[in-house]
Order: sequence, then structure tokens, then C-alpha cells
Amino acid sequence: MKADPAGVLTGVHYLDGDKACAEGGLAAGCRFFAGYPITPSTEVAERVSERFPYMGGMFIQMEDELASMAAILGGSWAGVKSMTVTSGPGFSLMMENIGLGAMLETPCVVVNVQRGGPSTGLPTLPGQADMMQARWGSHGDYRLIALSPNSPQECFDLTITAFNFSEKYRVPVLFMMDECVGHMTEKVVIPEADKIDLTERRYTKKKPGEYLPYAYGEDLIPDMAKAGDGHFFHVTGLTHDERGYPDMTWEMQEKCVHRLIDKIDKNVDEIFMIEEENMDKAEVVVISYGITSRVALRGIQLAEQAGMKNIGRMRLITVWPFPEKRIRELAKKVKAFVVPEMNYGQMVLEVERCAGGQCKTILVPHGGGTVHKPETIYQAIKEAYK
Amino acid sequence: MKYWRKPLDADRIKIPEGELHILRERCKGCAFCVEYCPKDVLELSHEFNSKGYHPPIVKNGAICVHCQLCEMLCPEFAIFCVLKNQKEPAHES
Amino acid sequence: MKAAEVEEIQKKPKTRKTKSVEEEHPLEKWLRMDRMPHIWCSTCGIGTAVTCFIEAIKKTTLAREDICVVSGIGCSGRIAGYIKQDSFHTTHGRAIPFAVGLKLANPKLKVVVFSGDGDLSSIGGNHLIHTARRNLDITVLCINNFIYAMTGGQVAPTTPPTAIATTTPYGNYEHPFNLPALAAACGAVYVARWTALHVRRLTNSMAEALQKKGFSFVEIICPCTTLYARKNKLGSGLDLMKFYHDNSVIVNGADPREVDIQFQSEIKVGKFIDVDKPTYLDSYNTYMKTKLGDKFKPYGVTDEERQ
Repeated sequence: MKADPAGVLTGVHYLDGDKACAEGGLAAGCRFFAGYPITPSTEVAERVSERFPYMGGMFIQMEDELASMAAILGGSWAGVKSMTVTSGPGFSLMMENIGLGAMLETPCVVVNVQRGGPSTGLPTLPGQADMMQARWGSHGDYRLIALSPNSPQECFDLTITAFNFSEKYRVPVLFMMDECVGHMTEKVVIPEADKIDLTERRYTKKKPGEYLPYAYGEDLIPDMAKAGDGHFFHVTGLTHDERGYPDMTWEMQEKCVHRLIDKIDKNVDEIFMIEEENMDKAEVVVISYGITSRVALRGIQLAEQAGMKNIGRMRLITVWPFPEKRIRELAKKVKAFVVPEMNYGQMVLEVERCAGGQCKTILVPHGGGTVHKPETIYQAIKEAYK
Repeated sequence: MKYWRKPLDADRIKIPEGELHILRERCKGCAFCVEYCPKDVLELSHEFNSKGYHPPIVKNGAICVHCQLCEMLCPEFAIFCVLKNQKEPAHES
Repeated sequence: MKAAEVEEIQKKPKTRKTKSVEEEHPLEKWLRMDRMPHIWCSTCGIGTAVTCFIEAIKKTTLAREDICVVSGIGCSGRIAGYIKQDSFHTTHGRAIPFAVGLKLANPKLKVVVFSGDGDLSSIGGNHLIHTARRNLDITVLCINNFIYAMTGGQVAPTTPPTAIATTTPYGNYEHPFNLPALAAACGAVYVARWTALHVRRLTNSMAEALQKKGFSFVEIICPCTTLYARKNKLGSGLDLMKFYHDNSVIVNGADPREVDIQFQSEIKVGKFIDVDKPTYLDSYNTYMKTKLGDKFKPYGVTDEERQ
């Protein structure tokens, strides 16, 4: 399906990442937004609240992030594409209902413009320390999808992708921006509506009375129904059978939770998005994501100027699920991975796990508050190159 | 029923007669229906159902006036009343 | 019994009684019978409240498929699972914001939150007050049994002073919430309280609440036999019903500030508030129209309705 022109602000714009993300949501057909103000994500909510009255969308500033997250799940079950946006502490508050979203298999998009933490930390300054929270934040086992943009243009493009993934796989998709990307202003090109492809939700074709909310086919993704269609369905956060009824046995737990994991794991190849450069003869590969990938680029340039020519660059666009297969492949060929990130070691743990001791893994940590110095990354590359 | 005089609408009013249906196995023996039946139609049986509760039995079905209070009060959806008949009130004036 | 006789009996086709129309309870088509029996204890009043709710729906002119039921967690949280409507069993305390999402995304729906006192006024207290403040067009039905029952009888924000709970083993020393006063103070347009014994009045109130435009709140005082009654040596749920019978006073129109409940005190019941006020969506549409004029696209209104 193509985008609804009412939500697409076609043209060439000079936008910051937050506003571009908002425009991406509108272009993707988001018409229900519930949020709570928190720096540095607020501009997304502001933009949406300004734009919605002209296109028949509903913006509500909820009383807190717990409510925002619960409200977008409700919105989604009423059949409207929904999103919320938050940062740091708000992301922590959303965790419980992100788990409900995973359990009820509710499509929605949760934007986290990462700031420095823990706690109130650095409200106006960048961080990338919520990456593991995006993976493991809510209790219990589940799989979600998380994307990480590195420019305002990507904030627009990938928000649409995030909606498409969430509708296709029936999961909340976490959109892991950071303060730098959110507040950086660049050229953003918004195409015409008929150039934007959208994945639409698969609603059940069953007649009322025949529909089972969690009956699934080969792709493991159940068809959805929306409230008010007369199916009289029930969904619960408890472990449930295909009727949506609670069934708290270990057998059902196995079946129910295993499918939540399998439906993502088995489609990993479709969800992966990585950007690679100079991989053929790479001896050292720099793996980064978000704003750090742009600093890493300069670090690589410095290394190249110093004569280290065989440096590969990999940027994770999809951060969760993690591109395990690709890292394992590379680990056999390269001397070392260099992983700069704005935290004291999160995604590096995954890289190290997949490398499995076949090559060195060097973390370039940074507490956040500003980006890395390119020289620090260069030093790490030099170290790796030895 | 005894009235000090015959009510003006007595010729129009009919007394409904109810027929009680008790789903014995669903009952958890709370006795709400027995306690609050305005006509004392029900009593708890001495027998157990398979859950081990004493379901109610109809003690005097003929005087049920189909008020459905038992049906409303039952927390188990285990008793209901069907309108059987409507009869002329027997007045003593 | 002789072996031959036993064989004879076994040979006979088993005459298993099939369900005749008369044996089908009239509420069966409104309930998820495949989930019965429900989990509520004997002499719990939640089942009674469910019956009243269904009877209330029947009294209204609402289309059945438009009614959604949202519950949180706890004994009352299971209500959504037993009522055959589009029903959602959400997380603890978040039934109201989930309902807000449903309602705002599709204003055609009649969204009902049916949950407990702890779920709605403790962990979900913030959502209760803000949704009432906004006068968002949903109905909140609150089962108040004065205790956290599902988790084993801990003190709730509604537990009356001196009452015993497992986390106040020497009695409760906190000031409890007076829920009608709370809802009314926050802007609810319809506030009523009944006990589980007042089935007819409760049904009428629920029907009124369902048809009221705006935030309506009905508190249902409900017997909890296994925890509240047992911990406080009050007998069974039936004894609590008898207590309601003897000690509740109908005061329609009472000032909600004066209907607080003390331990085994008189319970004032009735319809306390019934006023009219623009709902959240009405305010939004009216205000935005004056600000943005024809460029504004009213929300939740079809093109025909707009003309």
C-alpha cells in the first residue's frame, strides 16, 4: 500500500532528527500519538501535536510514560497506527507495557531519543546506554526489533520502516535515536506519497465467532482483529492459548513464548539492515551505530591517513535482532573488531559473543555527554592493527 | 395477600408465576438466592454437588413470582427463572 | 449385582442429557462459557456485579459490538476474561490508559474499565484522576472489596482504618480513599456507589453510566469472603451481604465528601453526581474549530456528520 498524502510533507526540508522522525511517523500513517514530555525527545511530540489537527489524527499528552505506552497499545487494538516517544527515565517507565505489547503482539512504534544516564543523568546530552535495555528491558523472554538511525534523513526513512516492521511482525518496534541525531539539523528529503511503501496490518478474514486471536500459520504471525468488529475476542498479558484465554501451564508457556521468539528469529534475514564498506580485504572492522558511526568514520579516515588501509566499516541499522551470522563470518577473517559506543560496553558484548574468541574485540567506551573524539577511535584502530 | 381495600388496578395486574432452573453443578453454595428470595422459595439442599457445595433446591415453587432477584444475585450464573404463567390475583378484601 | 446385570447396564446407550433451552442460563451468550467456572470464591460478589453489568448493557441502546471491556490485574481484573465482548486483560493499574487509547483511536467504541480498587486507585490512581479531569468519555466500574484479594489480602488504599490485612497485621492505621469523592473532585460527570446487594439499583446506575457522555464512575462495594471477611472475623461473604442489607443507607445526591467508609460503619450509597460537561473530544473539536477554522479536520466525526 502507498502512503496517505494527507500525512506526507513532500519536499526538501531542513529538519532536526526529532521532527524528521515525527514526519516519518505521519507519513507511515500514524494517527494516534500518546506521549509525555521529556528532553531530548519532546520535539517529536510537539511536531505531531501541531500537525495532527490538519489530518485527522489524535494527539494526547498523557499523565506519564506508563500511561503513554498503555494508551498506544489500546490505540493499536482499535485499529489505528500508534506511536509514542520518550527518553531515558521515560523508557524505563514504559518497559512493563512494552512487555504487554510483546505478549499481546501489538504493532506500535516506541521512539527513544537516548540521553546520558543512569537516572536523570544528562537530560540534554547524548548517550547510547539504553541498547541492552532495548533488548532485555521488560521482564521475561521476548523478541523485539530495534533500529538505530544516524541522520535526520534516516530518522524519517527508518520511522517508516519501523512501522512497516511492527505491522508485519506484530511487535512493538523500538526506534533508538540519540540526542545528537535528534537535535542535529540537516537536509531531509520527503518523497511523494506514492513513492512511500507501507506494510498494512493483516486483519482476519474470518467471520465473527470463528476468529481465534492467536491462531497462526506458517509465518507464525497471527491475523489481527480490531475492537468493535464483532469478534468478541479476548486478549491477556497472561500466558495464553490460541483463543487468547489464560493457560498457565509449562506446555503453553513453551508454546506461547517460543513463538514470540521464533517469529522474529526465523525472519532475521528480512529484518537485518547493515551498512558495510571496504569489507573484502578488511583486517580490522569498526562496528558502530547511531551518531557514533559518524565519528567512527573520521577515526577510520585518520587511520587510513596513517597508512592502515584495510579497515572495514560496519554500521548497524537494525540493532536488535543482532546480525549474529554476519559477525561470525567476519570473525573468521579479520584480526579485530573495534566497537566504539557511547556506553561502557553493551553492543560490544554481542560482538564478542559472536566473535567467539576467533579475533580480538576492542571496546572504545564513552560515558556520553558528548560524542567520542575521533582520535580515541583512531588509537583503538591502531591498537587493533598491531 | 391481604389489602385493606381492593387496589384500583387490581383487574389489570396479573401475578407472574416463575419456574426456577438451578444449574446444580455450577453452584458454589453461597446461599445469596436462599437468603434474599422475598418469597422464601428456596432452601439449601443437604446433598453435595461434585464441587462439594450444597446447591439450593426449590422448596415451594408455586409461590415464586418471577422477580428474578435470585438470578441477579447469583455470582455463579447458576440459577434463573422462566416466566411460566400469569394468574389473576386472589384478593381478600 | 450379577455380572449379567452389570453387562446389561453397560450395553445400554448412555443417555447423556443434552442441554435443553431451559437449562441454558440466559446470560450464557454474554459470557465466555468455555472458561466457566470462574475463579472467584464462593460468596464473592464480583459475579453478581458482572450479571448487573450485562443486564445494564441490555437496558441501553448501545450496539453490543461497540462495547469493549478493559481490566487490570487482580480478582476483578479477571472480569474482562469472562465477559464475551472485545475484552482486554492488561497490566496492573494500566486499564484506564489502555482504555483511553481504545476510545481515542476509535471514538465510536463504548469503552468500559471494569477493575478493582487497588488496581484503579493505588497503582492506577494517577490515570483515574487524570482521565476524570479530562472528562474522557469512558465508564469506570470499580469493584471495591477493601483489600488486595488476588495477592493474599494486603492492605489497599480503600481498607478502612483498624481493619486487618496481611500487611497491616495489627490493623490499618492509614487514611483510606473515599473513591466517589476522589472521582467527583477530579471532574467525573457521573458518580454512584452501590453494594453488590443493590442489584437493581446497581444495574440502573451502570446503564446510566454507560449512556452518560463523559467520565462516569460507579463504585461497587463487594464482599470478599476469603480475605477481608476472614481476616477481620466478619463471617462469610453472605454475612457481609447481610451487613450491607442492614447498614447501607441510600442518599441520592449526597455530597461525595461525606460518604467515606469506616470499619463496619454505615455505608452511604446512591447516585451522588450527575452533571453535564463537554467531553475531551468535544472540547478538542470545538476549540480547534475556533482556532484553525476550516483547515481543521474534526476528530472522530465522519464526513457526513461534519456536513
